[in-house]
Amino acid sequence: MTEKAVKMTDTNLFAGKRRLPQVNPVYFVLAALLCAIALSNPNFLEPTGYMNFLKRAAPLAILAAGQIYVIVSGGFDLSVGSVITLTVVGSSMLLDNNDDATWWVILVMFAIGAAVGLINGLVVSYLRVPSLIATLGMMITLNGAAFMWSSGSPRGYLPDTFRFFGRFNIKGMPLIQFLPVALIVLVVVGLALFWLMHRTNLGRLLHAVGDNPRAAQMSGVPVERIRIFAFVISSLSAVTAGILLGGFAGVSTDVGTGYELQAITATVIGGAQLLGGRGSVPASIAGALTLAAIFTLLNFIGLPKPTRDVVQGLILIAAVVLATYRRNRTGGR
Amino acid sequence: MINIASLTQPFARERMERQAPAFLLAAAVTIYIAIALSLGLTRFLTPEAAISILNRSIALGMTAAGQTFAILVASIDLSVAHLISASAVLASVIMNGEPSMIVPAILASMALGVLVGTLNGLLITKLEVNPLIATLGMSLVIQGCLASFYTSFSGSVPSEFQFFAYGEVFGLPFSLLVLIALVLLAWLLLRFTRFGSNIYSVGGNRDTARAAGIKTARVVVAAHIICSLCAALAGLYLASRLKSGSPWIGSEGAYDLESIAVVVIGGTVLSGGRGGIWGTMAGVVIFSLIDSIFNLAGIDAFAKQVMRGVIIVAAVAFYAVRSKRMVA
Repeated sequence: MTEKAVKMTDTNLFAGKRRLPQVNPVYFVLAALLCAIALSNPNFLEPTGYMNFLKRAAPLAILAAGQIYVIVSGGFDLSVGSVITLTVVGSSMLLDNNDDATWWVILVMFAIGAAVGLINGLVVSYLRVPSLIATLGMMITLNGAAFMWSSGSPRGYLPDTFRFFGRFNIKGMPLIQFLPVALIVLVVVGLALFWLMHRTNLGRLLHAVGDNPRAAQMSGVPVERIRIFAFVISSLSAVTAGILLGGFAGVSTDVGTGYELQAITATVIGGAQLLGGRGSVPASIAGALTLAAIFTLLNFIGLPKPTRDVVQGLILIAAVVLATYRRNRTGGR
Repeated sequence: MINIASLTQPFARERMERQAPAFLLAAAVTIYIAIALSLGLTRFLTPEAAISILNRSIALGMTAAGQTFAILVASIDLSVAHLISASAVLASVIMNGEPSMIVPAILASMALGVLVGTLNGLLITKLEVNPLIATLGMSLVIQGCLASFYTSFSGSVPSEFQFFAYGEVFGLPFSLLVLIALVLLAWLLLRFTRFGSNIYSVGGNRDTARAAGIKTARVVVAAHIICSLCAALAGLYLASRLKSGSPWIGSEGAYDLESIAVVVIGGTVLSGGRGGIWGTMAGVVIFSLIDSIFNLAGIDAFAKQVMRGVIIVAAVAFYAVRSKRMVA
């Protein structure tokens, strides 16, 4: 951390703006992986192939797009997986197989998500608990809450009106035959989060806070509020991902398990810098798609799950090594 | 990061940080005793009960002792949970019920610990990978390697080796004595040796430490080796306790996140350089006391989990809230 502080002193806060034309290597990696998948399985080029891929990757991509806000502001959000679980379990409890309740249940879930993000942000900003611990505590608490709410055995289904977002395909589209609603959600959320981070002052403040919180504070940035905002965005994206996942996964108390680490991995593959100051929404989404593509490819090749874990671990380390190497070579950060 | 408040008021702050874990521990003990007395459960107040409370957290204690070293050098180790499983399985497979294989099995586990610790340390120092990512990646690699060979209980532990978990010396559990010895060793290392003071310097400010002539990379690698060795030892203990190696014992106990939580509750700062082994042990005891309190009060398992999360955050907030430092 001190190393970072020393290196940061000579960095222009708005340097990120000038670097934009540079192409992030994650896009090349993603393209290469997609080619590899297409080669190993020609069906992937059919609309059913790539649309289903995008549909399945959408929750992780949305999650990564939200997580990047917290990462850029200098923290971690480990609670997103448990927010997903709570969303799925809570919706199934509240809906109680009642089709008409979908809309208000979704609103309630977003309200819960906003509250979770707010609490995370308040605990980190005002109680000064490191975000790793604060969101870890939140994760344990919410997992327990999901268990309590469902008394340990959640009901097995959600009504179709709720599953619409994750499962439904709009049929009869020209060229692509069908368009999954999940993909539309991903595009809308992705564009909104992209705009918010890269085209508004708020996004610039977010980078400033993550780059050097003290400098940001001294130049009048409301550091606490910006941090809280980042956690709220992350939690809301987790609720969105949870609603999509509820559409194609069953209701269980471990739907969200492991998603927090996958989301962080996705942002890192997308070139985000842990402990803040650098990261982009589209690159994180590309990172999530890369991760999903890696899993798909390993699946096609027929590698068992354990091997996939090993590969994921190695890729994670390699992505960071490459990013560090690039930074060191180009000088500065 | 410059800590302006600590420059103006170093002593008050340091005293506070040092006493906070003791304070929390005292609070936990008081609540435990109060609940036991109010429910009339005096049989939970005997020395035997105290020992059984301690005995429940031997593995967490060992892991957390190692984690303290990693966090003190401003690093972190998320790979301990799967390393614990790997060490337990490796040891019990090598032993396979043969008393003569106990020593080779222990050596193999320790070698595994040294290997993983060295790799972690080298990734962090030479390749400059963020410790969180480096050890997370390592954890996935260990988990994958382990799961591709073993999917259920493997090997068996000879009855001689079960002495580690079930044996008693002078009326105290042998494993508890091992933990106490480990903690004393760690304390001596941190308090009285050059290596110990190097750990604090490197964790406090790596650049300053390097400028002062400390070989910072070596210190970080050594801290990680110690951390992994402790996890390997915890794996041996769990193998002895379960009488066989289970490939999910580490991740099931969530030893990675729990050990970090315990270290932080014990007053060791996540950004490194401040804290110590006694705080960590206070944290471990607080953790098992919380469990015992919930059991005494008869709170159901799910509510227990909810309160546990809240307590972790509250305990850290208890002294973090006073700090003027920026946290991330």
